[in-house]
Amino acid sequence: MLGANGAGKTTLLKILATLIRPTRGTAAVAGHDCVRDAEGARPHIGLVAHGSYVYEDLTALENLRFWTTLAGLSPVPAALAGALARVELERAADERVRTFSAGMKRRLSLARFVLARPSVLLLDEPFAGLDQRAKKWLEEHLASFKASGGAILMATHSFGRELAVADRLAILAGGAIALDTPRGALSADDVQRLYVVHTEDAP
Amino acid sequence: MWKDLLVERRSKETLNALFFFALLLLFVFQFAVGPDRERLAGTLPGLLWLGFLLTGLLGLGRTFVVERENDCWEALRLAPGDKSAIYVGKLAGNLLLMFVVEAILVALFGIFFNLDLAGVLPALIVVIGLGTVAFAAVGTLFAAMTSQVRARELLFPVLLLPVQAPVLLATVKATEAVLLGEPLGSVAHWLKLLGAADVIFVTVGVLTFDFVLEG
Repeated sequence: MLGANGAGKTTLLKILATLIRPTRGTAAVAGHDCVRDAEGARPHIGLVAHGSYVYEDLTALENLRFWTTLAGLSPVPAALAGALARVELERAADERVRTFSAGMKRRLSLARFVLARPSVLLLDEPFAGLDQRAKKWLEEHLASFKASGGAILMATHSFGRELAVADRLAILAGGAIALDTPRGALSADDVQRLYVVHTEDAP
Repeated sequence: MWKDLLVERRSKETLNALFFFALLLLFVFQFAVGPDRERLAGTLPGLLWLGFLLTGLLGLGRTFVVERENDCWEALRLAPGDKSAIYVGKLAGNLLLMFVVEAILVALFGIFFNLDLAGVLPALIVVIGLGTVAFAAVGTLFAAMTSQVRARELLFPVLLLPVQAPVLLATVKATEAVLLGEPLGSVAHWLKLLGAADVIFVTVGVLTFDFVLEG
């Protein structure tokens, strides 16, 4: 999902995440209405927004234990360690998150979903602030999530390789979907041209 | 609750601030009241609860600061299931923090005003315990209500203090009687009021926290 600042990308993600109510229309995630059945939708949703949703004065393991317990799951030590290994943070398990880089925080944020297993990931500019290695790791992680049957809705400002995981491309302008098309063989230049065409006249 | 206690143990922000604030309050009270024993007997219960109230306002107002600073408020909302567990955990953490600060305050009151509190301590603990539960139950709920709004520092005490008025009246009256050496039976009506307030405030907190969190 592409769009200029203020186009409504984050608003749409928050509506789908059941955090804000739409002023009109309906939205559903995994068959659950986001307004009338928010509690039914939430177990299916994994949201990674601008904040990483981690407590900086807790260690990676403590964070994971807290969020796992809050999600109503049993924080089995082996499962927690496995989730941290999956996001390559096993060596930093007992370090406070305050000392983590942006990429490590993003990975820890995603580790929550290794245990909770949502079927839909809502990602708001997940590649922002990451170095090349962290970006590559995230691309592989998202591809793996998608291959396991999960769905991803990602807001991004990038026209490049971050879009490689996408099957569809949507461009938002002025709070509405200006273009919704299969990504197919569209190159980065094609996407950029479409972006300019559909956003330059937007309010 | 363990998460909040762990964060507090590592940062020590709230406990340290409340301790020094309590110490400063006691200096001010000492200068205001002076060594006059008769004057002290009349004002001590009020001063004691003024100390609890002011330190409580500071401590309770910070209940959801850790969520705000770490951008975790939305993630709490997204957690599936019953949100009242979050309220109970926050309340338990606040109660523990307030009891620690109150124990320090009572001990410092004894030292600063040269009081022998040993004989009345069990009864004093009952009154303080009942009053603190009511104070923390509403304070935790209102801290959640105001945590995401502007001017929260102003709004929080403005909302909390009027609701606490009957509780404060009961606690000050009961504390006054206890400090004069009267048995708890003589203030049973105040204790019943405090007990009822505890049950009502905690129940309201548990039942409404989900709505508060959803905004």
